[in-house]
Amino acid sequence: MKTCLVVDDSSIVRKVARRIVEALGFQVIEAEDGVEALVHCKKAMPEAILLDWNMPVMDGFQFLGTLRRMPGGDEPMVVFCTTETGIDHITKAMGGGANEYIMKPFDKDIVMAKFQEVGLIARDEQTAA
Amino acid sequence: MNPTEYEYLRKFLKDNSGLDLSADKQYLIESRLLPLARKAGLSGIGELVQKLQGGARTVITDVVEAMTTNETFFFRDKVPFDHFRDHIMPEIIKARAAKRSIRIWCAAGSTGQEPYSLAMCLKDMGAALTGWRIEIIATDLSQEVLEKAKAGIYSQFEVQRGLPIQMLMKYFKQTGETWQVNPELRAMIQHRQLNLLHDFAQLGTFDVIFCRNVLIYFDQDTKINIFNRLARQIEPDGFLVLGAAETVVGLTDTFRPIPERRGLYKPNDPRAVAAKPALAGATPRLAVMAGR
Repeated sequence: MKTCLVVDDSSIVRKVARRIVEALGFQVIEAEDGVEALVHCKKAMPEAILLDWNMPVMDGFQFLGTLRRMPGGDEPMVVFCTTETGIDHITKAMGGGANEYIMKPFDKDIVMAKFQEVGLIARDEQTAA
Repeated sequence: MNPTEYEYLRKFLKDNSGLDLSADKQYLIESRLLPLARKAGLSGIGELVQKLQGGARTVITDVVEAMTTNETFFFRDKVPFDHFRDHIMPEIIKARAAKRSIRIWCAAGSTGQEPYSLAMCLKDMGAALTGWRIEIIATDLSQEVLEKAKAGIYSQFEVQRGLPIQMLMKYFKQTGETWQVNPELRAMIQHRQLNLLHDFAQLGTFDVIFCRNVLIYFDQDTKINIFNRLARQIEPDGFLVLGAAETVVGLTDTFRPIPERRGLYKPNDPRAVAAKPALAGATPRLAVMAGR
Protein backbone atom coordinates (compact mmCIF):
# COMPACT_ATOMS: atom_id res chain seq x y z
CA MET A 1 0.00 0.00 0.00
CA LYS A 2 1.28 3.47 -0.89
CA THR A 3 1.88 5.95 1.89
CA CYS A 4 0.81 9.58 1.95
CA LEU A 5 2.23 12.07 4.39
CA VAL A 6 -0.32 14.76 5.28
CA VAL A 7 1.41 17.90 6.52
CA ASP A 8 -0.83 20.59 8.00
CA ASP A 9 -0.86 22.46 11.30
CA SER A 10 -4.65 22.22 11.53
CA SER A 11 -5.82 18.95 13.04
CA ILE A 12 -9.21 19.41 11.37
CA VAL A 13 -7.67 19.74 7.91
CA ARG A 14 -5.47 16.69 8.62
CA LYS A 15 -8.54 14.73 9.63
CA VAL A 16 -10.47 15.69 6.49
CA ALA A 17 -7.44 15.04 4.27
CA ARG A 18 -6.81 11.68 5.95
CA ARG A 19 -10.33 10.53 5.25
CA ILE A 20 -10.07 11.53 1.58
CA VAL A 21 -6.61 10.10 1.00
CA GLU A 22 -7.41 6.84 2.81
CA ALA A 23 -10.46 6.44 0.60
CA LEU A 24 -8.09 6.71 -2.37
CA GLY A 25 -6.23 3.68 -1.04
CA PHE A 26 -3.30 5.22 0.85
CA GLN A 27 -1.89 4.61 4.27
CA VAL A 28 -1.74 8.02 5.96
CA ILE A 29 0.90 9.52 8.24
CA GLU A 30 0.38 12.98 9.72
CA ALA A 31 2.79 15.77 10.52
CA GLU A 32 2.06 19.17 12.08
CA ASP A 33 4.89 21.11 10.48
CA GLY A 34 7.84 20.86 8.13
CA VAL A 35 10.31 19.66 10.73
CA GLU A 36 8.07 16.82 11.85
CA ALA A 37 7.48 15.94 8.19
CA LEU A 38 11.24 15.72 7.56
CA VAL A 39 11.61 13.30 10.48
CA HIS A 40 9.07 11.00 8.81
CA CYS A 41 10.78 11.32 5.44
CA LYS A 42 14.16 10.40 6.91
CA LYS A 43 12.64 7.22 8.34
CA ALA A 44 10.88 6.25 5.13
CA MET A 45 10.09 8.24 2.02
CA PRO A 46 6.34 8.31 1.38
CA GLU A 47 5.03 8.03 -2.19
CA ALA A 48 2.87 11.13 -1.75
CA ILE A 49 2.97 14.29 0.34
CA LEU A 50 -0.03 16.59 0.75
CA LEU A 51 1.57 19.80 1.92
CA ASP A 52 0.25 22.94 3.57
CA TRP A 53 2.19 26.17 3.04
CA ASN A 54 1.83 28.26 6.21
CA MET A 55 2.88 26.33 9.30
CA PRO A 56 4.88 27.19 12.42
CA VAL A 57 8.48 25.98 12.91
CA MET A 58 9.08 25.17 9.22
CA ASP A 59 6.67 26.09 6.44
CA GLY A 60 5.76 23.96 3.46
CA PHE A 61 8.01 25.74 0.99
CA GLN A 62 11.09 25.42 3.21
CA PHE A 63 10.24 21.77 3.77
CA LEU A 64 9.99 21.16 0.03
CA GLY A 65 13.42 22.68 -0.60
CA THR A 66 15.00 20.55 2.13
CA LEU A 67 13.20 17.41 0.99
CA ARG A 68 14.31 17.73 -2.63
CA ARG A 69 17.96 17.99 -1.50
CA MET A 70 17.72 14.85 0.67
CA PRO A 71 18.84 11.44 -0.63
CA GLY A 72 15.74 9.97 -2.29
CA GLY A 73 13.93 13.26 -1.73
CA ASP A 74 13.09 13.62 -5.40
CA GLU A 75 10.86 10.53 -5.26
CA PRO A 76 7.70 11.63 -3.42
CA MET A 77 4.98 13.35 -5.40
CA VAL A 78 4.39 16.61 -3.58
CA VAL A 79 0.98 18.22 -3.86
CA PHE A 80 0.61 21.58 -2.17
CA CYS A 81 -2.72 22.11 -0.44
CA THR A 82 -2.95 25.67 0.77
CA THR A 83 -5.00 28.83 1.16
CA GLU A 84 -2.23 30.63 -0.73
CA THR A 85 -4.04 30.89 -4.05
CA GLY A 86 -2.05 33.65 -5.74
CA ILE A 87 -0.29 32.91 -9.01
CA ASP A 88 2.99 34.11 -7.45
CA HIS A 89 2.79 31.39 -4.80
CA ILE A 90 1.81 28.76 -7.35
CA THR A 91 4.71 29.70 -9.61
CA LYS A 92 7.13 29.65 -6.67
CA ALA A 93 5.91 26.24 -5.51
CA MET A 94 6.12 24.64 -8.94
CA GLY A 95 9.55 26.18 -9.47
CA GLY A 96 10.60 24.80 -6.09
CA GLY A 97 9.84 21.22 -7.06
CA ALA A 98 6.16 20.69 -6.28
CA ASN A 99 4.28 18.34 -8.61
CA GLU A 100 0.77 19.72 -8.26
CA TYR A 101 -1.10 22.43 -6.41
CA ILE A 102 -4.45 22.48 -4.66
CA MET A 103 -6.07 25.75 -3.67
CA LYS A 104 -8.13 25.42 -0.50
CA PRO A 105 -10.97 24.79 0.05
CA PHE A 106 -10.65 21.33 -1.42
CA ASP A 107 -12.81 18.23 -1.68
CA LYS A 108 -12.40 14.60 -2.59
CA ASP A 109 -12.86 15.21 -6.32
CA ILE A 110 -10.07 17.76 -6.43
CA VAL A 111 -7.61 15.59 -4.47
CA MET A 112 -8.49 12.62 -6.66
CA ALA A 113 -8.05 14.66 -9.87
CA LYS A 114 -4.67 15.97 -8.74
CA PHE A 115 -3.44 12.54 -7.58
CA GLN A 116 -4.45 11.15 -10.97
CA GLU A 117 -2.68 14.01 -12.68
CA VAL A 118 0.67 13.09 -11.11
CA GLY A 119 0.11 9.35 -11.58
CA LEU A 120 -0.34 8.44 -7.89
CA ILE A 121 -3.61 6.72 -8.67
CA ALA A 122 -4.93 5.25 -11.88
CA ARG A 123 -7.57 7.07 -13.81
CA ASP A 124 -10.98 5.52 -13.70
CA GLU A 125 -12.37 4.27 -16.91
CA GLN A 126 -14.25 7.11 -18.50
CA THR A 127 -17.03 8.09 -16.19
CA ALA A 128 -20.51 7.94 -17.57
CA ALA A 129 -22.39 11.21 -17.52
CA MET B 1 -46.37 18.59 -9.23
CA ASN B 2 -49.31 16.52 -10.36
CA PRO B 3 -49.11 13.86 -13.12
CA THR B 4 -50.78 16.13 -15.70
CA GLU B 5 -48.22 18.86 -15.09
CA TYR B 6 -45.39 16.32 -15.33
CA GLU B 7 -46.69 14.97 -18.61
CA TYR B 8 -47.06 18.48 -19.95
CA LEU B 9 -43.43 19.31 -19.01
CA ARG B 10 -42.16 16.06 -20.52
CA LYS B 11 -43.83 16.80 -23.82
CA PHE B 12 -42.84 20.47 -23.69
CA LEU B 13 -39.17 19.58 -23.17
CA LYS B 14 -39.25 16.93 -25.84
CA ASP B 15 -40.68 19.37 -28.37
CA ASN B 16 -38.50 22.32 -27.46
CA SER B 17 -35.13 20.77 -26.70
CA GLY B 18 -35.34 17.11 -27.64
CA LEU B 19 -34.76 16.23 -23.99
CA ASP B 20 -36.38 12.86 -23.47
CA LEU B 21 -37.28 12.36 -19.81
CA SER B 22 -38.49 8.98 -18.65
CA ALA B 23 -41.64 8.72 -16.55
CA ASP B 24 -39.73 8.81 -13.24
CA LYS B 25 -37.75 12.04 -13.48
CA GLN B 26 -40.01 14.18 -11.28
CA TYR B 27 -37.12 14.82 -8.88
CA LEU B 28 -34.97 16.18 -11.71
CA ILE B 29 -37.68 18.57 -12.83
CA GLU B 30 -38.34 19.70 -9.29
CA SER B 31 -34.68 20.22 -8.44
CA ARG B 32 -34.09 22.30 -11.54
CA LEU B 33 -37.37 24.14 -11.98
CA LEU B 34 -38.47 24.88 -8.44
CA PRO B 35 -35.61 27.39 -7.88
CA LEU B 36 -36.45 28.94 -11.24
CA ALA B 37 -40.15 29.25 -10.37
CA ARG B 38 -39.28 30.87 -7.04
CA LYS B 39 -36.89 33.28 -8.74
CA ALA B 40 -39.66 34.31 -11.11
CA GLY B 41 -41.92 34.98 -8.14
CA LEU B 42 -44.19 32.01 -8.86
CA SER B 43 -45.69 29.77 -6.21
CA GLY B 44 -44.39 26.53 -7.69
CA ILE B 45 -44.21 24.19 -10.66
CA GLY B 46 -47.96 24.38 -11.22
CA GLU B 47 -47.87 28.09 -11.83
CA LEU B 48 -44.77 27.69 -13.99
CA VAL B 49 -46.65 25.23 -16.20
CA GLN B 50 -49.48 27.76 -16.56
CA LYS B 51 -46.96 30.37 -17.71
CA LEU B 52 -45.60 27.91 -20.28
CA GLN B 53 -49.09 27.12 -21.50
CA GLY B 54 -49.68 30.86 -21.80
CA GLY B 55 -46.67 30.99 -24.11
CA ALA B 56 -44.48 33.28 -21.95
CA ARG B 57 -41.31 33.53 -24.05
CA THR B 58 -38.74 34.21 -21.34
CA VAL B 59 -40.10 31.45 -19.16
CA ILE B 60 -39.90 28.98 -22.04
CA THR B 61 -36.23 29.81 -22.61
CA ASP B 62 -35.44 29.66 -18.90
CA VAL B 63 -37.09 26.27 -18.47
CA VAL B 64 -35.26 24.74 -21.45
CA GLU B 65 -31.93 26.13 -20.24
CA ALA B 66 -32.41 24.99 -16.66
CA MET B 67 -33.25 21.46 -17.78
CA THR B 68 -30.47 21.02 -20.34
CA THR B 69 -27.47 22.49 -18.54
CA ASN B 70 -24.97 19.85 -17.50
CA GLU B 71 -21.99 19.78 -15.24
CA THR B 72 -18.73 19.84 -17.10
CA PHE B 73 -15.04 20.23 -16.41
CA PHE B 74 -11.72 20.65 -18.15
CA PHE B 75 -10.37 17.55 -19.91
CA ARG B 76 -13.47 15.69 -18.86
CA ASP B 77 -12.80 11.92 -18.92
CA LYS B 78 -9.21 12.67 -20.06
CA VAL B 79 -9.09 9.72 -22.50
CA PRO B 80 -10.80 11.55 -25.43
CA PHE B 81 -8.20 14.30 -25.16
CA ASP B 82 -5.38 11.75 -25.15
CA HIS B 83 -6.94 10.29 -28.29
CA PHE B 84 -7.20 13.77 -29.75
CA ARG B 85 -3.54 14.52 -29.14
CA ASP B 86 -2.03 11.11 -29.87
CA HIS B 87 -4.25 9.70 -32.59
CA ILE B 88 -6.62 12.19 -34.20
CA MET B 89 -4.31 15.16 -34.60
CA PRO B 90 -1.27 13.28 -35.98
CA GLU B 91 -3.52 11.71 -38.61
CA ILE B 92 -5.24 14.97 -39.48
CA ILE B 93 -1.94 16.87 -39.61
CA LYS B 94 -0.64 14.33 -42.11
CA ALA B 95 -3.83 14.37 -44.19
CA ARG B 96 -4.12 18.17 -44.28
CA ALA B 97 -0.41 18.93 -44.82
CA ALA B 98 -1.14 20.65 -48.12
CA LYS B 99 -4.20 22.57 -46.98
CA ARG B 100 -2.84 23.42 -43.53
CA SER B 101 -6.26 24.05 -42.09
CA ILE B 102 -8.34 22.22 -39.51
CA ARG B 103 -11.96 22.65 -38.50
CA ILE B 104 -13.23 21.31 -35.19
CA TRP B 105 -16.78 21.40 -33.88
CA CYS B 106 -17.75 21.03 -30.23
CA ALA B 107 -21.41 20.23 -30.66
CA ALA B 108 -22.20 20.46 -26.96
CA GLY B 109 -19.66 23.08 -25.99
CA SER B 110 -21.52 23.98 -22.80
CA THR B 111 -19.67 26.45 -20.56
CA GLY B 112 -16.50 26.21 -22.63
CA GLN B 113 -14.34 23.70 -20.78
CA GLU B 114 -14.29 21.26 -23.70
CA PRO B 115 -13.42 23.72 -26.50
CA TYR B 116 -10.81 25.39 -24.28
CA SER B 117 -9.32 21.98 -23.41
CA LEU B 118 -9.00 21.27 -27.13
CA ALA B 119 -7.48 24.70 -27.72
CA MET B 120 -4.91 24.00 -24.99
CA CYS B 121 -4.07 20.63 -26.58
CA LEU B 122 -3.53 22.36 -29.92
CA LYS B 123 -1.41 25.13 -28.39
CA ASP B 124 0.73 22.52 -26.67
CA MET B 125 1.51 20.96 -30.05
CA GLY B 126 3.43 24.13 -30.80
CA ALA B 127 5.56 24.06 -33.93
CA ALA B 128 3.63 21.19 -35.58
CA LEU B 129 0.75 23.62 -36.20
CA THR B 130 2.61 26.86 -36.84
CA GLY B 131 1.05 28.65 -39.77
CA TRP B 132 -2.05 26.45 -39.75
CA ARG B 133 -5.52 27.87 -39.86
CA ILE B 134 -7.42 26.39 -36.94
CA GLU B 135 -11.13 26.86 -36.39
CA ILE B 136 -12.93 25.63 -33.31
CA ILE B 137 -16.66 26.16 -33.35
CA ALA B 138 -18.41 25.62 -30.04
CA THR B 139 -22.18 25.43 -30.08
CA ASP B 140 -24.73 25.07 -27.35
CA LEU B 141 -28.45 25.31 -26.98
CA SER B 142 -28.30 27.75 -24.12
CA GLN B 143 -27.48 31.43 -24.59
CA GLU B 144 -26.61 31.82 -20.92
CA VAL B 145 -24.12 28.97 -21.12
CA LEU B 146 -22.60 30.44 -24.30
CA GLU B 147 -22.04 33.77 -22.59
CA LYS B 148 -20.08 32.04 -19.87
CA ALA B 149 -18.08 30.08 -22.43
CA LYS B 150 -17.28 33.26 -24.34
CA ALA B 151 -16.10 35.08 -21.23
CA GLY B 152 -13.92 32.13 -20.25
CA ILE B 153 -14.08 33.03 -16.57
CA TYR B 154 -14.03 30.17 -14.08
CA SER B 155 -14.12 29.81 -10.32
CA GLN B 156 -11.23 28.40 -8.32
CA PHE B 157 -13.30 25.28 -7.86
CA GLU B 158 -13.88 24.85 -11.60
CA VAL B 159 -10.23 25.24 -12.57
CA GLN B 160 -9.18 22.52 -10.15
CA ARG B 161 -11.24 19.81 -11.76
CA GLY B 162 -9.28 18.12 -14.49
CA LEU B 163 -7.01 21.04 -15.28
CA PRO B 164 -3.34 20.38 -14.50
CA ILE B 165 -1.73 23.24 -12.58
CA GLN B 166 0.82 23.77 -15.36
CA MET B 167 -2.02 24.41 -17.82
CA LEU B 168 -3.64 26.83 -15.39
CA MET B 169 -0.38 28.75 -15.05
CA LYS B 170 0.20 28.77 -18.79
CA TYR B 171 -3.23 29.57 -20.20
CA PHE B 172 -5.14 31.50 -17.51
CA LYS B 173 -4.93 34.85 -15.86
CA GLN B 174 -5.95 35.23 -12.23
CA THR B 175 -8.36 38.02 -11.32
CA GLY B 176 -9.19 37.96 -7.64
CA GLU B 177 -11.05 34.73 -6.93
CA THR B 178 -11.54 33.81 -10.57
CA TRP B 179 -9.44 32.68 -13.47
CA GLN B 180 -9.87 33.79 -17.07
CA VAL B 181 -8.68 31.99 -20.18
CA ASN B 182 -6.00 33.94 -22.08
CA PRO B 183 -7.20 36.14 -24.98
CA GLU B 184 -5.06 34.13 -27.41
CA LEU B 185 -6.93 30.94 -26.52
CA ARG B 186 -10.31 32.66 -26.49
CA ALA B 187 -9.65 33.99 -29.99
CA MET B 188 -9.34 30.41 -31.27
CA ILE B 189 -12.99 29.65 -30.58
CA GLN B 190 -16.22 30.85 -32.16
CA HIS B 191 -19.27 30.41 -29.96
CA ARG B 192 -22.66 29.95 -31.58
CA GLN B 193 -26.11 29.13 -30.36
CA LEU B 194 -27.43 25.97 -31.93
CA ASN B 195 -30.14 23.43 -31.25
CA LEU B 196 -29.02 20.03 -32.54
CA LEU B 197 -32.62 19.27 -33.47
CA HIS B 198 -32.46 22.03 -36.06
CA ASP B 199 -30.57 22.12 -39.33
CA PHE B 200 -26.84 22.64 -38.88
CA ALA B 201 -25.69 22.25 -42.49
CA GLN B 202 -24.72 25.92 -42.55
CA LEU B 203 -21.80 25.19 -40.21
CA GLY B 204 -19.97 23.48 -43.06
CA THR B 205 -17.82 20.36 -42.82
CA PHE B 206 -15.41 19.44 -40.07
CA ASP B 207 -12.32 17.31 -39.58
CA VAL B 208 -13.25 16.53 -35.99
CA ILE B 209 -16.60 16.64 -34.22
CA PHE B 210 -16.82 16.35 -30.45
CA CYS B 211 -20.41 15.52 -29.54
CA ARG B 212 -20.15 14.25 -26.01
CA ASN B 213 -22.71 13.69 -23.29
CA VAL B 214 -25.60 15.30 -25.10
CA LEU B 215 -27.12 12.51 -27.20
CA ILE B 216 -27.83 10.49 -24.07
CA TYR B 217 -30.70 12.87 -23.42
CA PHE B 218 -32.38 12.14 -26.75
CA ASP B 219 -34.62 9.27 -27.73
CA GLN B 220 -33.49 6.71 -30.28
CA ASP B 221 -35.09 8.27 -33.38
CA THR B 222 -33.65 11.67 -32.54
CA LYS B 223 -30.21 10.14 -32.03
CA ILE B 224 -30.36 8.41 -35.39
CA ASN B 225 -31.49 11.60 -37.06
CA ILE B 226 -28.64 13.59 -35.51
CA PHE B 227 -26.02 10.95 -36.40
CA ASN B 228 -27.18 10.93 -40.00
CA ARG B 229 -26.96 14.71 -40.19
CA LEU B 230 -23.57 14.76 -38.41
CA ALA B 231 -22.31 12.35 -41.06
CA ARG B 232 -22.98 15.01 -43.71
CA GLN B 233 -20.88 17.58 -41.82
CA ILE B 234 -17.80 15.44 -41.39
CA GLU B 235 -14.91 14.93 -43.81
CA PRO B 236 -14.64 11.33 -45.10
CA ASP B 237 -11.40 10.89 -43.12
CA GLY B 238 -12.64 12.89 -40.12
CA PHE B 239 -13.34 11.78 -36.56
CA LEU B 240 -16.44 11.80 -34.39
CA VAL B 241 -15.92 11.72 -30.62
CA LEU B 242 -18.79 10.61 -28.38
CA GLY B 243 -19.22 10.46 -24.62
CA ALA B 244 -18.46 7.36 -22.58
CA ALA B 245 -22.11 6.35 -22.32
CA GLU B 246 -22.85 6.90 -25.99
CA THR B 247 -22.41 4.83 -29.14
CA VAL B 248 -23.54 4.62 -32.76
CA VAL B 249 -23.67 0.83 -32.58
CA GLY B 250 -27.15 -0.46 -33.28
CA LEU B 251 -28.37 2.99 -34.32
CA THR B 252 -26.70 3.95 -37.55
CA ASP B 253 -24.24 2.73 -40.14
CA THR B 254 -23.05 6.21 -41.00
CA PHE B 255 -20.23 5.85 -38.45
CA ARG B 256 -18.14 2.94 -37.23
CA PRO B 257 -16.25 2.65 -33.94
CA ILE B 258 -12.45 2.58 -34.05
CA PRO B 259 -11.31 -0.57 -32.26
CA GLU B 260 -9.14 0.05 -29.18
CA ARG B 261 -10.05 3.74 -29.18
CA ARG B 262 -13.10 4.02 -27.03
CA GLY B 263 -15.40 6.88 -27.96
CA LEU B 264 -13.83 7.43 -31.39
CA TYR B 265 -15.75 6.92 -34.61
CA LYS B 266 -15.03 7.23 -38.31
CA PRO B 267 -17.62 8.02 -40.97
CA ASN B 268 -18.43 5.10 -43.23
CA ASP B 269 -18.32 5.38 -46.97
CA PRO B 270 -21.71 6.96 -47.80
CA ARG B 271 -22.12 4.68 -50.84
CA ALA B 272 -21.90 1.62 -48.62
CA VAL B 273 -24.42 3.11 -46.24
CA ALA B 274 -26.77 4.06 -49.07
CA ALA B 275 -26.73 0.45 -50.28
CA LYS B 276 -27.89 -0.77 -46.92
CA PRO B 277 -31.64 -1.27 -47.50
CA ALA B 278 -30.97 -3.81 -50.26
CA LEU B 279 -28.83 -5.85 -47.92
CA ALA B 280 -30.49 -5.38 -44.57
CA GLY B 281 -28.86 -7.42 -41.86
CA ALA B 282 -25.55 -7.71 -43.65
CA THR B 283 -24.30 -4.24 -42.97
CA PRO B 284 -21.10 -4.90 -41.02
CA ARG B 285 -19.80 -7.14 -43.77
CA LEU B 286 -20.87 -4.65 -46.38
CA ALA B 287 -18.79 -1.94 -44.72
CA VAL B 288 -15.78 -4.24 -44.80
CA MET B 289 -16.34 -4.99 -48.48
CA ALA B 290 -16.61 -1.32 -49.27
CA GLY B 291 -13.24 -0.80 -47.66
CA ARG B 292 -11.46 -3.22 -49.97
